[in-house]
Amino acid sequence: MTTKHINGRKVFLTVLIHLFLMSLVLIILLPMCWLIMNSLKTNQEMFRDSIALPATPLFSNWVNAWNKGLYNYFLSSIITSAMSLCGILVFSSLLAYGLTRLNLPGSGLIFVIVLGGMALSEQVALVPLFKIIQAIGLYNTRWAVVLPYISFRIPFTMFLLRSYFLGIPRELEEAAILDGASRFQIFYKIIIPISKPVLASAAIVNLNFVWNEFLFANIFLENRKLMTIPLGLMTFQGDLKSDYVTMLAGILIASLPMIIMYLCMQKQFVRGLTSGAVKG
Amino acid sequence: MKKKKVKKSLYLYIVPGLFMVMAFVYVPIITNIVYSFFRLSSYSSSMKFVAFNNYRRLFTNDTFPVMMRNNIYYCIISLIVQVGFGTVIALVLESKLVGKLNSFYRNVYFIPSLISLTAVGLMFNFIYNPTAGMLNGFLKTIGQPDLQQIWLGDKKLAIFCIIAMSQWQYTGYIAMLMIVAFQNVSMDYVEAAIIDGAGPIRRAISVYIPLAKEQLLVCSVITVIGAFKLFTEVYTTTSGGPGDASQVLGLFLYQNAFLHDDMGMAAATGVLIFVITVTLSIIQLRITRSGQD
Repeated sequence: MTTKHINGRKVFLTVLIHLFLMSLVLIILLPMCWLIMNSLKTNQEMFRDSIALPATPLFSNWVNAWNKGLYNYFLSSIITSAMSLCGILVFSSLLAYGLTRLNLPGSGLIFVIVLGGMALSEQVALVPLFKIIQAIGLYNTRWAVVLPYISFRIPFTMFLLRSYFLGIPRELEEAAILDGASRFQIFYKIIIPISKPVLASAAIVNLNFVWNEFLFANIFLENRKLMTIPLGLMTFQGDLKSDYVTMLAGILIASLPMIIMYLCMQKQFVRGLTSGAVKG
Repeated sequence: MKKKKVKKSLYLYIVPGLFMVMAFVYVPIITNIVYSFFRLSSYSSSMKFVAFNNYRRLFTNDTFPVMMRNNIYYCIISLIVQVGFGTVIALVLESKLVGKLNSFYRNVYFIPSLISLTAVGLMFNFIYNPTAGMLNGFLKTIGQPDLQQIWLGDKKLAIFCIIAMSQWQYTGYIAMLMIVAFQNVSMDYVEAAIIDGAGPIRRAISVYIPLAKEQLLVCSVITVIGAFKLFTEVYTTTSGGPGDASQVLGLFLYQNAFLHDDMGMAAATGVLIFVITVTLSIIQLRITRSGQD
């Protein structure tokens, strides 16, 4: 009798909780579904009733969006991200190794200085950075965004890698030293392979940043060939004028890579995010 | 003698990364403080010392109270919704009542934070569109056309539309951070509370939240910092309009530097953002580091 009563209450509570969570799912998914639905309509259809389903789904909008320039922005984003990620990971892992393993005088101070970079926001550097980039002749080149991306992400990445490196037992290195390995061999052949999981986390979290970055890209790049996706989308909007449905298709395609990446690498993603949270 | 030389070469591990951070993070930020005392333009190198004139013009600007108000609205609402409500979501998901759908909910809530701010901004431009948008279309369909608005075109509503968009995008992100923190709470404490007869709400208040206090503070700080760095969301939706109704510090900086060619004023705005965000970041770093000891 009492167990039945408790079960009844528990079932009621569970249903209530699922209703609550499902209504949140609706709030998140409705705008996305609306976007997908309208990206399959004609412009007239969308203006007549944007809530209605498309008469016949026009996948040609997606093809259109891709061919009208999105392809180019994708390619550019991939190159920019690859260059930035290489720089971020190489500089940060060397730095983290140097600061945790070599007992160099001044390590503590250097750590604080680099970590302090995490507190400095991109906007505050914007005006002088623009002048610097112009002065060294990098304005409107890929390096104009890659160098700032690398520099602004080193503090976070160093911090992430450092805590992992600190956990690697010193015995491993000592054994390698006895075998006659050089410092760099130890770094390259022992530390880096052991740290693959944390490097993967660092890579994916930084990829998310670089892939979606807008502020620097918007100011330092003018050439369409160099524009990354977030900037490309803005230009795309100007080009398409009132071709709304193609624009919606473009937004959809532009958003997919990171979502797919997340669904494939959830574990690495979440670990990277939580070990040094920064937003936007 | 030889030993000393080897030691110096070891600094080669540190120098490249340190150089990058100095050259592209520290030097610009220090230069920005210097610039804030000068009048200068983007395409010439002439500079004129104006002392505190840029600051005076910033603080007496008609839009200054508007943008401070907008940044503060964004900040307060984000704290309530993202941190407050996000934590509640995390607690609900971590309670034993949700079961198998747990990771489905968590992932759905998290997905908006993976979309670029530009894509989200452009998408909400469409959703808020008065003629072809989702919101007005929905209101018409449920028979409430009187509730239709021009949303982003309305002076009073514009900033709140942008704030709502950000809550949509980031509440799941904060919830995710809190879920991980709650998962790190030792089961011993939870079981002890259950033995003491604590129900789910009691457990949340006296076990989970106190033990995940640090992460909660970190989430609050990054949310507040995000509020004062606000730029892309406004740039892609209203560009600060209508008029200056949805103007914010970050966009004001950008417009002065690159549209009005008033880089001194932009630099002064940058210093203000710097002071606000650095103060908050120091608090964040204090919290994270005390957590490690």
